[in-house]
Amino acid sequence: MSRDEVFEKVQEVLVDALGVDDDEVTLQASLTKDLEAESIDFLDIVFKLEQAFGFKIEQGELFPENVAQDPEFVQDGRLTDKGLAALKERLPHIDLASFEQNPEITKVAEVFTVDSLVNFVERKLAASV
Amino acid sequence: MRWMWIDRIVSLEPGERLVAIKHVSMAEEHLHDHFPASPVTDRDATPVMPASLILEGMAQTAGILVGHTRSFREKVILAKISKAQLRCDATPGCTIRYDARLTNIDDAGAATSGVVEMRDADQSEFTPVGAIDLMFGHADQNMAGVEFPEHNFVFSESFRTLLETSGVPADF
Repeated sequence: MSRDEVFEKVQEVLVDALGVDDDEVTLQASLTKDLEAESIDFLDIVFKLEQAFGFKIEQGELFPENVAQDPEFVQDGRLTDKGLAALKERLPHIDLASFEQNPEITKVAEVFTVDSLVNFVERKLAASV
Repeated sequence: MRWMWIDRIVSLEPGERLVAIKHVSMAEEHLHDHFPASPVTDRDATPVMPASLILEGMAQTAGILVGHTRSFREKVILAKISKAQLRCDATPGCTIRYDARLTNIDDAGAATSGVVEMRDADQSEFTPVGAIDLMFGHADQNMAGVEFPEHNFVFSESFRTLLETSGVPADF
C-alpha cells in the first residue's frame, strides 16, 4: 500500500472519528490543536485504525501512557531529558523536533499529527510483511 | 437509586451482543411535560419520550454488555456518542428494543454499535427506527491517571436488580 493510499484511509478514519471535513485532515494537522480530538477520540481512532488496516494496536503503542504521571519524566510542568528519551523510544513514528524546543507537558498532545498516524500505519504494515 | 431506562434484558450473548426492551408508559411523569398542550399555538398535548432518554437507554444496554464482558470489574463510563440517528418518536404504549453489539474492547475502553427498534401496541413485529454508536471508557484506565473510588459506583444496586430480574447472574 502506497503512502498516499495509507493517508486516504487515515483521512477516512479521522473524518469518521472526529466529525471533521476531508480538507481539514492535512498531513500537518495536529489531532488536538487543529482537529480538536479529545482523550476518548484517541481510543476511537485506535479502534478505527485497527478495523481499517486489519492489525492490532497494543495499548500505549500509538499514543503514550503514564508519561505525565511519572515524576522522572515530568518536572515543573516540562518533560525531562529522560522523559523525552522515553517518548522517542516508545513512539518512533512521532516527530518531536519542534516539541523538544519547549517541552511543556500541556503541549505534548500537539505532537500527534496526521503525518504521525500515517508513519505509524506504514511501520505497522511493513512489520507485518 | 439509578434511574433505569430499560425494563428487561431479553437476550445476552456474552462479549458480543445484548438486547433489552423498554415499555413507554403514560405513568412516566416527564411525558406530561414533553410536550404539554399549548393554548398559544393551539397544540394538543403530545407525549413523546425525549430522544436523550432513548440515548440513555442504549447507553445502559451497551454499558451492561461492556461491563459484563469484563465481569463488571471495570467502571464503564459513557464517553462519546459516535452516532445517533432516530427517525421516529416513541409514544406511550410502544415498546423500544435496544440491540447493542460490542465492536471493540481493550483495557482503556470499548466501542458499541446499536440499533433502536420500536413496536407499537397494535403491532407484533419490531421495526428499526434508528442507530446509536457509543464509546465507553474504563474509568480506572483513564489517560490522565485520575483515581476513582475502589467500589464500582457504576454498576449499582439498580443494575443488579435489572440483571437478576432478567435471569442474568449478577455475581459481582
